[in-house]
Amino acid sequence: MTETLNVSASASTDPKPAPPGNDAKPAKGRSLWSDAWHDLRRNPLFVISAVLIVVLLVMVAFPSLFTSASPTVGDLTHHYQGKPNYSHFFAEDWFGYDTQGRSVWARMVYGARATVLVGVLVTLFVTILGGLVGLVAGYFGGWIDSVLSRITDIFQGIPFLLGAMVVLTTFTEGNVWVVITALLFLGWTQIARVARGSVITVKQSDYVHAAKSLGASTARIMFRHIVPNAVAPVIVVATTALGGYIAAEATLSYLGIGLAEPTVSWGVDVSAGKDGLRTAPHMLISPAIMVSLTVLAFIMLGDAVRNALDPKSR
Amino acid sequence: MGRYVVRRLLQMVPVFIGTTFLIFVMVYAVGDPVNAMFGDRAPDPATAAQLRAEFNLDKPLWQQYGLYMGKIFSGDFGNAFNGQPVTELMATAFPLTIRLALVAVVIEIVIGLVLGVLTGLRRGRPIDSGVLMLTLVVISVPTFVTGTVFQYLLGVRWGLIAPAVSPAAPLGQLLLPGLVLALVSLAYVTRLTRTSIAENSRADYVRTAVAKGLPRRRVTVRHLLRNSLIPVVTFLGTDVGTLMAGALVTERIFNIHGVGFQLWQGIVRQNSPTVVGFVTVLVIVFLLANLLVDLLYAVLDPRIRYV
Repeated sequence: MTETLNVSASASTDPKPAPPGNDAKPAKGRSLWSDAWHDLRRNPLFVISAVLIVVLLVMVAFPSLFTSASPTVGDLTHHYQGKPNYSHFFAEDWFGYDTQGRSVWARMVYGARATVLVGVLVTLFVTILGGLVGLVAGYFGGWIDSVLSRITDIFQGIPFLLGAMVVLTTFTEGNVWVVITALLFLGWTQIARVARGSVITVKQSDYVHAAKSLGASTARIMFRHIVPNAVAPVIVVATTALGGYIAAEATLSYLGIGLAEPTVSWGVDVSAGKDGLRTAPHMLISPAIMVSLTVLAFIMLGDAVRNALDPKSR
Repeated sequence: MGRYVVRRLLQMVPVFIGTTFLIFVMVYAVGDPVNAMFGDRAPDPATAAQLRAEFNLDKPLWQQYGLYMGKIFSGDFGNAFNGQPVTELMATAFPLTIRLALVAVVIEIVIGLVLGVLTGLRRGRPIDSGVLMLTLVVISVPTFVTGTVFQYLLGVRWGLIAPAVSPAAPLGQLLLPGLVLALVSLAYVTRLTRTSIAENSRADYVRTAVAKGLPRRRVTVRHLLRNSLIPVVTFLGTDVGTLMAGALVTERIFNIHGVGFQLWQGIVRQNSPTVVGFVTVLVIVFLLANLLVDLLYAVLDPRIRYV
């Protein structure tokens, strides 16, 4: 599923019509970034996704603000898989209890940490690794490009979820780092392709030729001139991909080989909830809602950022 | 055209070798298949040595790979660890998954194109924003959630359909699994078509066609849609491979014993010959689908010529 997400993330551009009126016209001398920021602030998609993400980050940092219940302490005197009580906002039984009598709401709150950690770190590593491969391939061209592009093709030939599963089965424990390694292993190719394309475009700019003729070193040209100007498409794809990695973590857990107890994560709860679906659907649905909302937030953010950075949409 | 196809087929060779070698290394070198056969117990050394010799596991890795590939091209994919030939598993699994993937692709194309054209021609109207928002939601909800929820509601709660697919898997029973499998790609097809149609609807040839007095339908279908299909076809080509592997989740939910099911079993039980064999076939399917897409470009856009 992530794969489809990845493939078309760069292709599905949806330029919003530029808002009418003079104030929408970019003032002269404004940079791409301040211009984009100007655009973003008035995009409802961005505002919604930003609010969702801020709430999520607060949840990650201070889970105790949202619930006083513990995610790991179960009390079997609560009803086994007790039904949710949707009118008890923020109470322990808001989303019911799981098989161990633990509050599902508390696990939804505390589960954000592992899941978001996986998403953010995978995105970070993938961007660094894929970005470097793309930068080197795009900048040097020639046989270096051919070799790196073929290697990218090879890694891309293996379906994402499948490769991650194979990597995961070679480890015996399911902690956060293992899952990050598995997702990183095949995830970098998408960023590498986008970065390479972007670097090749930027490389032909006049300022790069100017820097070269002034005798700037290769490293300086690459990191001072090319990277800042080629990074925009990479950021867009990475933002959308972040949501995809969070969904992938949950999917792997659903298949029974992602994170595992004692880690508190949405994926773990999803995989525990699937067996009791018929008698206690809330155990699967509640963490699934959190996953979906998070993925939605990052996809909307990616969409909004793409629209803001795409000059064609103005 | 013939030369182009030959050149493309030759270019596929290194990628094919690389990808199969990579999966081979991942499965055979990182895990220990012989240990996996014995579960948690340590195997008897003599038995283990005999098995290693039988599966060529005592040779260096590149040699193992060479021997394996040699056998594959004579149609011998080896035996799964329970002694069943992998080809036998494939013979039952692939027809099922191909049927499922076909159902999914048809749903994607029909619904995706219709929605894409409708919204692309009505940019900024309520129907456009509504469908756009809906695609975002569909993309965000993981497949295992849509699958289990549909199965629970339609199959268990309301009893409208059979909650699991029978071994024969008639087409009627594959409709819901096919829809679940297609849903995320469907959203992407819709968005791609919409963008492409919206871009092309301002093109000169559309204006000319309208000015000629052609009926609206004909302008949309023959002129606008045909020219807007290239990005969609590209996406569908890469999607075929994804669908076959994405069936991992869908097939598990609906108990379809296809490729995804066999792969899942192979991976979880570390049944290496099954995994490597199935992935090898999937890689070939993936590469051929991409070639087919490139050839389709020429059909869609006569300006594209292959020499």
